[in-house]
Amino acid sequence: MLPLILEQTLNGLQYGLMLFLLAAGLTLVFGIMDLINLAHGSLYMIGAFIAAALFQQFQNFYLAVVLSILLTALLGALLERVLYRRLQTMSHLSQVLATFALILVANESIKIAFGGQPLSIELPASLSGTVNLMGEDLQYPLYRLLIIAVGLAVAIGLYVLVNKTRMGMWLRAGTSDRVMAATMGIRIQPLFTFIFALGAGLCALAGALLGPLLAVSVGMGEAILIPAFEVIVIGGIGSMRGALVGALLVGMIDSLGRLAMTGLLKSFAVSGAATLGATLASMLVSLLMVAVLFFRPSGLFPARD
Amino acid sequence: MSEPLPQPEKSATPLGTGLPSPWAALAIAILLAAYPLVMNALGQTFYIGLGSRVLILALAASALNLALGYGGMVSLGHAAFLGAGAYTAAILAGLGMNQAWVVLPSAFAAAAVLAGLTGAISLRTRGVYFIMITLAFAQLFYYLAVSLPSLGGDDGLPLTERSKLPGLRLENDLSFYYFVLGTAALVFFLLYRLVSSRFGRALVATRENERRMAAIGYPVFRIKLLAYTLSGGIAGLAGGLLANLSMGVTPHTLTWHQSGILLVMTILGGSGYFWGGLTGAAIFLVLEETISAYTEHWNLALGLLLLFIVLAAPNGVMSFTGFRRGEKA
Amino acid sequence: MFKKLTLAACFSTLVTGAFAADSVKVGMMTTLSGPGASLGIDIRDGFNLAMKHLNKKLGGLAAEIIVADDAQNPETAKQISERFIKKDKVDIATGIVFSNIMLAVGPAFFGAETFYISANAGPSQYAGAQCNPWFFNVAWQNDNLHEAMGKYMQDKGIKKAVLLAPNYPGGNDAISGVKLYYKGVVAEEIRTKMGQMDYAAEIAQIRADNAEALYIFLPGGMGVNFLKQYAQSGLMKKTPVFAPGFSADEDTVRGVGPAMEGVYNTSHWYREMENPVNKKFVADFQKEYGRLPTLFASQGYDAALLMDAAIKQAGGKLENKAALRKALETVKAPSTRGDYSFGPNHYPVQSYYLREVVKNADGTVGNKYVGKVADRLVDAYVSQCKMQ
Repeated sequence: MLPLILEQTLNGLQYGLMLFLLAAGLTLVFGIMDLINLAHGSLYMIGAFIAAALFQQFQNFYLAVVLSILLTALLGALLERVLYRRLQTMSHLSQVLATFALILVANESIKIAFGGQPLSIELPASLSGTVNLMGEDLQYPLYRLLIIAVGLAVAIGLYVLVNKTRMGMWLRAGTSDRVMAATMGIRIQPLFTFIFALGAGLCALAGALLGPLLAVSVGMGEAILIPAFEVIVIGGIGSMRGALVGALLVGMIDSLGRLAMTGLLKSFAVSGAATLGATLASMLVSLLMVAVLFFRPSGLFPARD
Repeated sequence: MSEPLPQPEKSATPLGTGLPSPWAALAIAILLAAYPLVMNALGQTFYIGLGSRVLILALAASALNLALGYGGMVSLGHAAFLGAGAYTAAILAGLGMNQAWVVLPSAFAAAAVLAGLTGAISLRTRGVYFIMITLAFAQLFYYLAVSLPSLGGDDGLPLTERSKLPGLRLENDLSFYYFVLGTAALVFFLLYRLVSSRFGRALVATRENERRMAAIGYPVFRIKLLAYTLSGGIAGLAGGLLANLSMGVTPHTLTWHQSGILLVMTILGGSGYFWGGLTGAAIFLVLEETISAYTEHWNLALGLLLLFIVLAAPNGVMSFTGFRRGEKA
Repeated sequence: MFKKLTLAACFSTLVTGAFAADSVKVGMMTTLSGPGASLGIDIRDGFNLAMKHLNKKLGGLAAEIIVADDAQNPETAKQISERFIKKDKVDIATGIVFSNIMLAVGPAFFGAETFYISANAGPSQYAGAQCNPWFFNVAWQNDNLHEAMGKYMQDKGIKKAVLLAPNYPGGNDAISGVKLYYKGVVAEEIRTKMGQMDYAAEIAQIRADNAEALYIFLPGGMGVNFLKQYAQSGLMKKTPVFAPGFSADEDTVRGVGPAMEGVYNTSHWYREMENPVNKKFVADFQKEYGRLPTLFASQGYDAALLMDAAIKQAGGKLENKAALRKALETVKAPSTRGDYSFGPNHYPVQSYYLREVVKNADGTVGNKYVGKVADRLVDAYVSQCKMQ
């Protein structure tokens, strides 16, 4: 039983850290630019498709990941200059409508460019395979460990960026009071472009890293958008710490919860336990969000009150 | 995010209750009543069914508009109420009850109860947190419907025949259209009375400044909850009609995508404008129908068009028209 | 604006809507956008290839194909069916991928006495008590591929298996289909969330179960996700994967990559089938679209061939619906899978084969024929069908 729980904990950590990559960008954009970007998941999809296309071209995994991050970040910066800058002065409702439209455009453009069939990214031999963590009891895929490592590295990097650098000071100032920050002489427009490029790059990193694990297909962005939004809402919008805690919480609940639900029901020998357990497990994250918001209506770590 | 940022130009919806003139209502009623007769005369009976669909989704979008446009409650979970009404209608039909005067009020009641219960919890939050908690509730009902065999799971529940009304054969597209139109007219009339009443003014005032309303003694929580409950109920009524139009219901009606479409329709038409829901539903469905007939890549065209509209008319299409927003309440 | 647009649309159809009596209109409603799009695209492309081979004629009549995207949304599908019936007035409809969409629009087509030739969706309802004179299926009944795999697993003498399917009625049907023939120990039945992306938790359970075989039914993107992760867990050798053909076709292989080597799956069609129709289909499909055909593409192709043969046999008289139905029931249409015939419920009675995903000589990965699993398998629902 112990190896199973440990394995699920690692899985939860891995899923949570990937969600963090998306949530970090989302929460920055929302917290500082006050912009609801439903198309954030589309950047993740675009990143994954660029990585897959580059991989098929060059057959080099690392090159595909790095280039995809750069290209998607560039696209993000471009979108910020052309479109999001205009949306930013509009109401939240207009932002919802515009970014919803953007999802349609992104999905269809990807379909026109790459066809409707899913693409694949293969792992280099050095990254595939499993490692023994507890003797023979726990064989864990090497690649998932790598994802955990990258996720942690990014989390630490963002922590340093936000808390220890001048840029981070601007970011924090922008989150707590944008107008005041601008009045105090922070050049807010280049900051926005940077945030957007950063968010897009993180999306691409997640998309490219998950490429070998998930179907690179149209619509993958919407599938991850909802969990990412759940994360930032649970954590508290605008808070980097909240995004990390929220992401890990969602990841853990999702993977350990599924194990617990089926196991628990099985021990009671309920007929149809598998069905019932799966139904409850698929509701867990939504229930978590309702519970958190019930007790903390502004999330766990509200960035401003 | 509990305080709005100090940006007056970012006001989400036009001020005031956005009341239309009775003449506009009359003109719209005449147009909508004549529409199927014209289509029938042209032999284009297909467009009668499309008309019914527009009216039904207009009802649902107008329901959302009550919460969103007048109450400032951005719900991304109205699909749950639409679905609750539709499933109620289908379950009742399965039990052999298909009298319209029982089915539709039940659809309304089921959705209203659901909205009242979830609203009581959701309304503790605001802003994006409110958006997400309404979404979370809708997701719960979606997974329940997909998983439960008694609700038909992925296949949903079929309706073997449409609801019955004494003296009117609803199986016929034309009479069904008029039935939907009649129901819609009734709802719009009641909505008009509602938003122009003291309650409606209090609701808009609460949207504008909740703290001040609370300070001068209004029960703001109850005002918002009542509006949200009614909004859910009307969406449920639309769901009951939708199940009748589509001869069944599937969990797709409960997806966040459906909630998103309702939101898009309302914003597109103009949230806070009385006819915003109707305009948005009509534009969205007609665009979808026309473009998809021409190209497989209709999503691209639709997306670009919506993007253009939002940049050209940030307050919705209705802000172009002569319908004046009312005085600040 | 609403008025203006619809009126404009009306007039345009009035002008173009008139059609000659010696033509046939086919409404192809399929899933061309969203996560399930690859299936619909294959069906459409297979159908279009057949139309090219038939010189854009069905049974000698000039054919007009109207394609519509249901976006995997039953409400959209409902609206398209209305358009097909009332505006386009199609003679035959086809193309639907998913059973829940089929069930949502079936009654509308049947009520309008429009023939529906299913190139994929094969719900049990229409095979059993709700079987219908206007519905034909050229693919299979949903449970068939599961049953065939259950039979293979039983024949192979597998003692302990894990069964995995999404938590919805289609998934339940899959698992009961396998269990109809497979009588060994079921170590665990795992139900996953619809649209689930990460399967690490389930894979951990499967590892703990130590079974000889894993049966999965995960349509669309879910299957790609699962197989990618399963291959990386290193379990593929220890607990090999068995699946219905639609969870392991060439699209899935394309999405998963070489890691998919070693997956067994059942299908009524395989690429190397030795018959002239199939050879031409496979060669031209690759030439036309630059990818390998899937079973979905073969089904789209076969649907067109059936329409062609039946209309020909009925003498091109579409208005005589009884004659056309008779022709559809009895005609020996050429097909990529060779021989098949319709049972009394209008579902095919045909053989099922085992395929394995292997690495080819040229380094590509794809399905390879292994052997026949079931001969002329009849679905489980036909006895409940009282065809009018």
